[in-house]
Amino acid sequence: MTNSTPLIAVRDLEVDYAGVRAVQGLSLYASRGEIVALVGANGAGKSTLLRAISGIVRAASGAIAFEGENIASFEPHTIVRRGISHVPEGRRVFATATVRDNLLLGAYVMRDRAERERRLAAALATFPRLQERLDQRASTLSGGEQQMLAIARGTMSAPKLLMLDEPSLGIAPLVIPAIYAGIREIARSGTTVLLVEQNVREALAIADRGYVLQTGRVVAEGTGADLAGDPLVQKAFLGL
Amino acid sequence: MDVGPLPQLIVSGILTGLLFALISVGLTLIFGVMDVVNFAHGEFLMLAMYATFGLGLIGLNPILALPVVVVAMFVLGALVYRFFVKRLLAGPPEAVVFGTFGLLVFLQGAAQFFFTSDYRSVLNPPFSGTLHLGGIAIGEAQLAAGLGALVLIAAIFGFVEYTEPGRALRALSEDRVAAQLMGIDVQRMNAFAFGLGIACTGAAGALLMLTYQAYPRIGTEFALTAFVVVALGGFGSVHGVLLGALLVGLVEVLGGYYIAPALKMLPVYALYLAVVFLRPQGLLGRR
Repeated sequence: MTNSTPLIAVRDLEVDYAGVRAVQGLSLYASRGEIVALVGANGAGKSTLLRAISGIVRAASGAIAFEGENIASFEPHTIVRRGISHVPEGRRVFATATVRDNLLLGAYVMRDRAERERRLAAALATFPRLQERLDQRASTLSGGEQQMLAIARGTMSAPKLLMLDEPSLGIAPLVIPAIYAGIREIARSGTTVLLVEQNVREALAIADRGYVLQTGRVVAEGTGADLAGDPLVQKAFLGL
Repeated sequence: MDVGPLPQLIVSGILTGLLFALISVGLTLIFGVMDVVNFAHGEFLMLAMYATFGLGLIGLNPILALPVVVVAMFVLGALVYRFFVKRLLAGPPEAVVFGTFGLLVFLQGAAQFFFTSDYRSVLNPPFSGTLHLGGIAIGEAQLAAGLGALVLIAAIFGFVEYTEPGRALRALSEDRVAAQLMGIDVQRMNAFAFGLGIACTGAAGALLMLTYQAYPRIGTEFALTAFVVVALGGFGSVHGVLLGALLVGLVEVLGGYYIAPALKMLPVYALYLAVVFLRPQGLLGRR
């Protein structure tokens, strides 16, 4: 572990979602440049945690320190400006807008036009399939392409932290490698990635470290390889 | 074949429809962005008409008054959002319905009190002649109002489609949570959209004063039509509004002529019922 402060550190977080305490005293961190995987069954609190970090739901208590500042009570648009981007579950692309407009909306907080163009070029380099679809409506894209668009849109604000919620859910298996290659490339360029996945094998293979969540708590943590070799994880998630 | 007064009626219907479209586009914009059905929409139109009348008293004709009224109504709309609608939105869903309906009653009552129920028309109308084009007679004022509305509708379409704030408005109307994740400040954009929607009534009010008179209940008459237009075109659909408004304008004018002037709205509501039964989401509505 590095001795510098982590990019994000969540401490003793409690979050209610849909009338349930979905996150219960959860603590975790991610250092700059890491890929950190959050795995766990449905209802383990993974998505709720991401929603609390991006400010879509308010934490009941606890702290979310981003670059040393507690952002737990910030508005979502402020959090985006601080450098956190959240690619939500189910992609949620703007279906009637073009691919280009979706990407430009991702750069909404970016005032500098030239910088926006650079981000657009970088996003298209990461997911070249979007290039030829730029002027199509997002609704005409396949599920895998929409996921690529959602991730690319998430990178348009040049985030320090990119949070991905189930990027392989409901995607044709053939397309998943292209999506994961894109995620790897984004991480290589220096973006810290918080990856929520039910596809545990894939997630732990790509992650530097991982956390296993159960009913809103961390029940195991370690490097991706350690967790993948952990008998508990193998039994519960990998079907071994 | 003698088509009789048909071409005349069609032109008249289109010009009427364009004004309906300008009023309705504001209503649909507000609904699309924040899911608020603004029952007081017509009352803002009424205020804009009185404002135009008032500016006429100091020598500005409705065309010159239009930019002033538009800016004033934009500011008023943004303030009404900030200090009233925003609070309603924090409450239960019924709060918005009763709140904006209450605003309707309040504004209408205030207008009765301050302006009395007398009919007011501008003292210095800039257009009073009639144009004759191939057997069609069009009042210059009616033509100016219709064309003015057309220009402004085109400007709003262009704004929503091709500018960055327009893109943000579209994003909000499609998926509010995803829009927030893009860094869009919902409260700020809501205030902006409400201002814009009310500014539409400002423009329409100024143009209407070319041909109509202001009185406290005029807003309700237009608002009723605007609700039909918006429901017909599809709630939240900006393009649907233009289609719906032209249809309503045509049906109203044709119905008024071929059935009876007093029953001119009957075919409009019949058309509305037919669409609601056959295509509840409106002609161009999604979902």
